[in-house]
Amino acid sequence: MPTYIAKRLLAAIPVILGLSIIVFLVMKLIPGDPAQALLGSYATPDNVARINRALGLDRSWPEQYFIWIANLLQGDFGRSYVLNRPVLDEVIERFGATLILAGAALVLCSVLGILAGIVSAVRQFGWTDRIVTFFVLIGISMPAFFLGLVFILFFAVQWRLLPASGMYAVYGGGDLPDLLRHLVLPASTLAIVATGVVARLTRAAMLEVLRQDFIRTARAKGLSENTVIYRHAFRAALVSVIPVLGIQAGFVLGGAVYIETVFQWPGLGQMLVKAVSTRDILLVQGGVLIATSVYVLVNLLADVAQAMLDPRLKA
Amino acid sequence: MSESPVTAPSPARKRRGNMQLLMANRLAAAGLFIFGFIVVVALLAPVLPIPNPDLTDQPNRLLPPLSQGHLLGTDHLGRDILSRLIWGTQVSLLVGISATALAALFGSLIGLVAGYARGATDSVLMRLVDMLMAFPYILLAIAIVAALGPGLLNALYAIALVNIPFFARNIRGVTVSIRNREFVDAARLSGKSHAAILFTEVLPNVLPVIVITMSTTVGWMILETAGLSFLGLGAQPPTSDLGSMLGQARAQLFTAPHASIIPGIMIFVLVMSINLLGDGIRDVLDPRLRSGALDRPMAVTRIERKTKPAPTLADAPALVVDGLSAGFDNGGGVTPAVRNISFRLGKGECLGLIGESGSGKSVTALSLMGLVASPPGVITAGGVYIEGQEVLSLREQELIGLRGARVAYVFQDPLTTLHPLFAVGEQIAEAILAHQKMGKTAAHARAVELMESVGIRDAASRASAYPHELSGGQRQRIGIAMALANEPDIIIADEPTTALDVTVQARILELLDALRRERGLALLLITHDFGVVAQVCDRVAVMRHGEIVEQGDTQDILRDPQHDYTKRLIACVPELGEGHGFLDRVRPLFKEAGA
Amino acid sequence: MNDAVQIRDLVKTFGGGRSLFGRKASEVRAVRGISLDLQRGETLGIVGESGSGKSTLARMLVGLEAPTAGTMLIDDKPWPELAAAGTRAFGRTIQYVFQDPVASLNPRKTIGDILDVPLRLLCGYDASRRAARKRALIDAVQMPMDTLERYPHEFSGGQAQRIAIARALAAEASILVLDEPVSALDVSVQAQVLLLLQQLRDDLGLSYLFISHDLAVVEAISDRVAVMYLGEVVEMGPAAQLFAAPQHDYTRSLIASAPRLTPDAA
Repeated sequence: MPTYIAKRLLAAIPVILGLSIIVFLVMKLIPGDPAQALLGSYATPDNVARINRALGLDRSWPEQYFIWIANLLQGDFGRSYVLNRPVLDEVIERFGATLILAGAALVLCSVLGILAGIVSAVRQFGWTDRIVTFFVLIGISMPAFFLGLVFILFFAVQWRLLPASGMYAVYGGGDLPDLLRHLVLPASTLAIVATGVVARLTRAAMLEVLRQDFIRTARAKGLSENTVIYRHAFRAALVSVIPVLGIQAGFVLGGAVYIETVFQWPGLGQMLVKAVSTRDILLVQGGVLIATSVYVLVNLLADVAQAMLDPRLKA
Repeated sequence: MSESPVTAPSPARKRRGNMQLLMANRLAAAGLFIFGFIVVVALLAPVLPIPNPDLTDQPNRLLPPLSQGHLLGTDHLGRDILSRLIWGTQVSLLVGISATALAALFGSLIGLVAGYARGATDSVLMRLVDMLMAFPYILLAIAIVAALGPGLLNALYAIALVNIPFFARNIRGVTVSIRNREFVDAARLSGKSHAAILFTEVLPNVLPVIVITMSTTVGWMILETAGLSFLGLGAQPPTSDLGSMLGQARAQLFTAPHASIIPGIMIFVLVMSINLLGDGIRDVLDPRLRSGALDRPMAVTRIERKTKPAPTLADAPALVVDGLSAGFDNGGGVTPAVRNISFRLGKGECLGLIGESGSGKSVTALSLMGLVASPPGVITAGGVYIEGQEVLSLREQELIGLRGARVAYVFQDPLTTLHPLFAVGEQIAEAILAHQKMGKTAAHARAVELMESVGIRDAASRASAYPHELSGGQRQRIGIAMALANEPDIIIADEPTTALDVTVQARILELLDALRRERGLALLLITHDFGVVAQVCDRVAVMRHGEIVEQGDTQDILRDPQHDYTKRLIACVPELGEGHGFLDRVRPLFKEAGA
Repeated sequence: MNDAVQIRDLVKTFGGGRSLFGRKASEVRAVRGISLDLQRGETLGIVGESGSGKSTLARMLVGLEAPTAGTMLIDDKPWPELAAAGTRAFGRTIQYVFQDPVASLNPRKTIGDILDVPLRLLCGYDASRRAARKRALIDAVQMPMDTLERYPHEFSGGQAQRIAIARALAAEASILVLDEPVSALDVSVQAQVLLLLQQLRDDLGLSYLFISHDLAVVEAISDRVAVMYLGEVVEMGPAAQLFAAPQHDYTRSLIASAPRLTPDAA
């Protein structure tokens, strides 16, 4: 197992390097002169040349890339000109909030989705299955940003049960119960959509496995139906559900962009949207790169978990 | 299933058209109806009697729904919401469908080429796809929009691009499995070029998957483009789609919620109708769903007998099967698979059940303990007596209690019949613990003993191996050890050596034969091979079209078969040492049939 | 005239390439130095168990795999020459019948379409000649005429194998590699297909390389037999002689393991 983990870690390095190249190239797609954009009406040729030199934009692309990477490795992600602070400081501060939101949503959607999927498969075509299928359909058809608004309208405005926005109350907040109260609406909005996908795939995986020959063997051994379903079938289905959870981690990280905007959650997504509209490119670059690297590591964990379950994958 | 070359192939079963099947699914039909309605209205936008969607009217801003002249009210600039909704739907549909088409086109091409070419092309393409996949879904789209600048077209490109990997992976997977099918090699040998094979042989088989993937993702794409517009990164004023309507109305959420809720509901209804339709299309095109191959099998086969057989039988041997009939529920009725099967099997005796494919021998074997997958399997008549007691009348728990304890099974292909994720020792121990009260360590020790008794060397260390780490012969020995775990009276072996090489087959048959003699087991051996029957069975029952046509002492039947079918079956078995004489001997058989 | 096929010191190794980090990937030696001759008009049986390399040998002969070392002369043409000329050159010289007849027919094409391809691409016939040839081929494999309009799923395994044989014959190659052509079939169907193959060989003067794991089947149809074990030919000789007096231990154990109707005769 340790060798497997080491191998996977080594394999993640070229992926992260590739990602950095893509991010770098995407940023090079930007039409127009960044210096020009930055300076606006102050863009005299002198000023433009000075900024270009300061940003290293007068060098060749590969040179620029390596300088950028070298700086990244020293923790220098550049400075946000709009916020006038180092990109890394801003991103780290924001990312904490996003991790709380996305993490809560991921746990929620994994647990609920897997449970719903199993129940739905075991009671295929029964009432439970129909109800789950119905909610799954609503979940995957519902725009998260709209669901968030509806939740605010009912839970915060109409019934005044939960706060509508932010991460902590402005006055007297800041403790854990306060955070949890603020977390409920955004996290469940984000989770509902993701739960649909997990439930659907878990149901499909369970049904697929229940048809396998080794399930018939388990039955022929005289195992109880519960053992057959929850030990033999679920264990095998989990092998194909775990990568889905990995993908869902990306989904909740990305979906956080909408939710943070709707609920004014001070996370990375909200920051990115603002940064895109103010064209704060270094901030977008840094934010996307760090979120993506974390996602790569989450997927690596999913791979390791899958290999722990399935001895055939360790080879 | 004997066939004669002159009989015409069975006339093509009248298959219901795909459209009919889709309509039979009420949810999909509803989805199609709603989606069709939305599309028609959106396309008719230019000719419908609705106000200009961009006409602002400050005095009449934020009118509630059902206002005079504004059915759905007005927004913060006094624009008619119904009109904007219809035009916005048009934009959302157009963008969503275009993004899907783009992603499907490029993704499928990458998938097809990568899956067909394999090797270096495959690795390079799929590494690139993996790279795109490594971004959290929407973040890459945001980065692209950040670079290209906000705008509807840029949002479309971004959404299409981030969905390419999804198509590429799906299509590659299917292409790889099709590429490994022999008809691709056959087309090659018929002189087709690689490009021709890819587009005329592989593509038609992949196409249903592309359509399924498209129909299940188009709703998603509409959601995502609407999402970018909602954030202000997609449609820019004056163009607006459903997402940007919602985004702009959000500022007035508390004062005029209808301006947000109406476009939100519209997106939801549109996407829901597409998803319903998409699921319907998937169900129609996926042959496994159509055949019900993904129905959940129950713990015990459905039993629906008109008359219940006597609960006990006096003076019965180990196993008596009396008038057993079973079939498959096809929705409208039951297609019979086996009819009126009766046989007896005593302790220490071996009965061979022989037949060609489709003769119903496996259904018979599985029916005895209610192991035929159900749905669609159903036992329609007859009784199965174990030591004189009718077991199909038992309560489910009681029947399950007999499985593996009194009656154990050995199946055909041990690679698929052993659980791939559990160590083999654990699987044997589990069988013991299902029926005997003992500690885990004791059960494990017993499992190792059993492995030794079926001839596995170094059993203590092999017990922790997984099935894929063993050879075919060893795996089948594990299967046998598992069957022996609770010292059953009866073992039912369903084609236990068919997946094995002849030299291994000989060892396994010797093992089964020795075990039955030592332990006085009743052995029911299902096979298609007369050689196997001749080697181990005392008696044999010959099955054809779901019925036993003849049964008796093995030597008698081999020497002097009574039924024409048995005669022919035995005559068709080539014997070593016969040489070319075999063909001369069988030629007249088929001349008579009119060949 | 020379032999239909002449194989000398043929080797095929899979894998063994170096990975990104320069480690040697594990290597599988599927075929280890085989030499064989297939005479014209002869049926050479190849017997072996799984992993003996018999299918790899067959796939190399028809150009679906490239050999690692050794030489092959097919219909007097060197293998590299055929490979350079492309699959059409192979298709005209040597044809292949697959083990799983249903998988070897594209489920989305009619039998007529499937037979059309070799007639058009390999023989270059015009439409009317192709139509005539298709009818003749269907007749030769004893299938009814309406077969041409039907789809593969409408046929049983034995019927599908007849169609696959018709396709192989369409190319008008004189050498056929038959890779377990009757293993997926029931015994009575198996006997009929064997009869058909025998008759076609005699009528059309074909040469067969007949691969099977079933000793009795191979003995029934072959003139000579080669026994393969772990990628090597361990014994070769006339069918009757080889089975009556096996020389190699492996051949003996194969014969001893084969199930028989009359066990005492062993």
